[in-house]
Amino acid sequence: MATDAVTTTAARVRPAEVRNVSAGLWSDALWRLRHDPTTVAALVVLGTMVALALAADLLAENFFHRAFSDQDILSNYSKPSGAEPWLWLGTDELGRSQAVRLLYGARVSLFIGSLGALTALVLGLGMGVTAGYFRGRWDDVVVWLVTTLNSIPLLFLLLIIGVLFRLAPLPFALLLGGLGWLGIANYARGQTIALREREYVVAARTVGCTAVRLMVRHIVPNIIPLMIVLAMIEVGTLILVESAISFIGFGIQPPTPSWGNMLTNAAQYLGKAPYLIYPPGIAVFVTVLCLYLVGDGLRDALDPRLKSR
Amino acid sequence: MGRYILRRLGQAIPTLIGILVLTFALTRLSPSDPIQLMLGGQYDITPEDRIALRESLGLNDPLPLQFIKWVWAILHLDFGQSFYYHRPVMDLILERVPNSLQISIAALLVTVAIGIPLGVIAALRRGHIEDHGIRIFSVAGHAIPQFWLGLMFVLTLSVQLRWFPIGSMNAVGVDCGLCWDRIWHLIGPVAVISIAGIANLPRILRTEVLEVISQDYVRTARSKGLREKAVIAGHVLRNALIPVVTSFGTILLVFFSGALIIERVFNWPGLGRLTFEAAVNKDYPLVQAGVVISSVLLIFSYLLRDIAYAWVDPRIKAL
Repeated sequence: MATDAVTTTAARVRPAEVRNVSAGLWSDALWRLRHDPTTVAALVVLGTMVALALAADLLAENFFHRAFSDQDILSNYSKPSGAEPWLWLGTDELGRSQAVRLLYGARVSLFIGSLGALTALVLGLGMGVTAGYFRGRWDDVVVWLVTTLNSIPLLFLLLIIGVLFRLAPLPFALLLGGLGWLGIANYARGQTIALREREYVVAARTVGCTAVRLMVRHIVPNIIPLMIVLAMIEVGTLILVESAISFIGFGIQPPTPSWGNMLTNAAQYLGKAPYLIYPPGIAVFVTVLCLYLVGDGLRDALDPRLKSR
Repeated sequence: MGRYILRRLGQAIPTLIGILVLTFALTRLSPSDPIQLMLGGQYDITPEDRIALRESLGLNDPLPLQFIKWVWAILHLDFGQSFYYHRPVMDLILERVPNSLQISIAALLVTVAIGIPLGVIAALRRGHIEDHGIRIFSVAGHAIPQFWLGLMFVLTLSVQLRWFPIGSMNAVGVDCGLCWDRIWHLIGPVAVISIAGIANLPRILRTEVLEVISQDYVRTARSKGLREKAVIAGHVLRNALIPVVTSFGTILLVFFSGALIIERVFNWPGLGRLTFEAAVNKDYPLVQAGVVISSVLLIFSYLLRDIAYAWVDPRIKAL
């Protein structure tokens, strides 16, 4: 997975000394984040995308005056033009507005990416922390599960599942989350193994703290910040996976537009309408890039020591 | 070394069992009837024939027995008959594996050839424009969808500029294993798939080089008057590369998964495209075999990576 493989951004954080009083992890991080132009820019772009995706219905009705499935055969293959808003990005072979479809595609991609990453976060945290805390048999099972799933190329596995079931966006997101928790679990497990021997954990155990309370109150809060960073990056990774599997026709099925299946269409009409290929690809690229940049910026903001590396 | 390899092989067995169970279970969950799929559009088949076929294929056996029979056959390299091609699945796969390996191995070589110098440059020019440039390339290389990059390659360099072939392995009428024509066809898929590796490698190497470069023995090497090039190649790189070997796991995983997409975009008759077409045709034995074989190849490459790691770092064997 690309989770651990994303570089730290060229974020320029001013020395923390400028602000004398430490006001806690999150507010410190927020302060550092605000002074990191790359991350702020990426956040603004992401925010705009989310807003546009949420407003898709509204915009389609009042601004573009086209639904995503509206066909207009007479104006099919029209090149992008500024004549009318719905023609901004041109039309496909059925005369459907690319701009409107792109907007609805954003909805699908962002929904699948974020719900999938949330599932991965919950699963990975649960599996990783319990495995690291209890060790023994359960640890063996979790490690075995992680190694096994890591040894099957993800797209091949999704292909098998795609043959057997036609997946709607919701189960698809849960499925991606169910396969994407490996990196998070590995990390949570390693951290937990290190933390459980710390004095304060031993102290809490000696005063009779239950295992559940120990994990929830003493271990998880210490590892959650970096987990959130990993989950953020996972959103990007899952958007990439979704677009790839939809592109080969085993993910989100038409007529629901997704950036991946819009590209399937574009590839088919590459000769006749080459302009169709740019917008969905750029949309995926920019979204994932921003997610990775925000993830990295957040990581630096939460732990400035990592930045020097 | 022999014992290390044996132990490492032993560790691969539970993983393999997991993959087999998962693949078998997934295909058996399928709502469609294998007999129906096998016979397809043949109308002159009596219900008695169907029952006989079902019996002869062992589909009436209890599931655990079917699983054991299936695994037993796989151990004898028998994945059954393809529903679609009506040929042994193993033959079909063996024809395609070399084609896929050609892409992965070439991509690995390109990744190493470009990624290692980039990583060293990023570390030596830390904070300079080269470092920032490599960093931006790295993030961008991760974020760009591979298949889209492939499509763009085909659209601009093949369709519009006509520099490269649009797809497939050889020009029409040419048939060779590895010749100029094949290399020309390889450039597209290898370039696209290497981007992922090149985005990965320099970043990890940069951290390691920075770590090693501040060690005492590097200062000693410099102070005894060795030229900078000799210090970098002989002292820094040799040590910095050891941990980088482990990162090849991620890169290989990306290559194997990517093959499915890239072979489709570039119309490359490899294992990925075979599995994809099998999925379209609902050719279950072939899909099953494609998943199992690609996983086995991946496990095998992990194994090679670990052996390479133990070879370059003698401390590992002792563990």
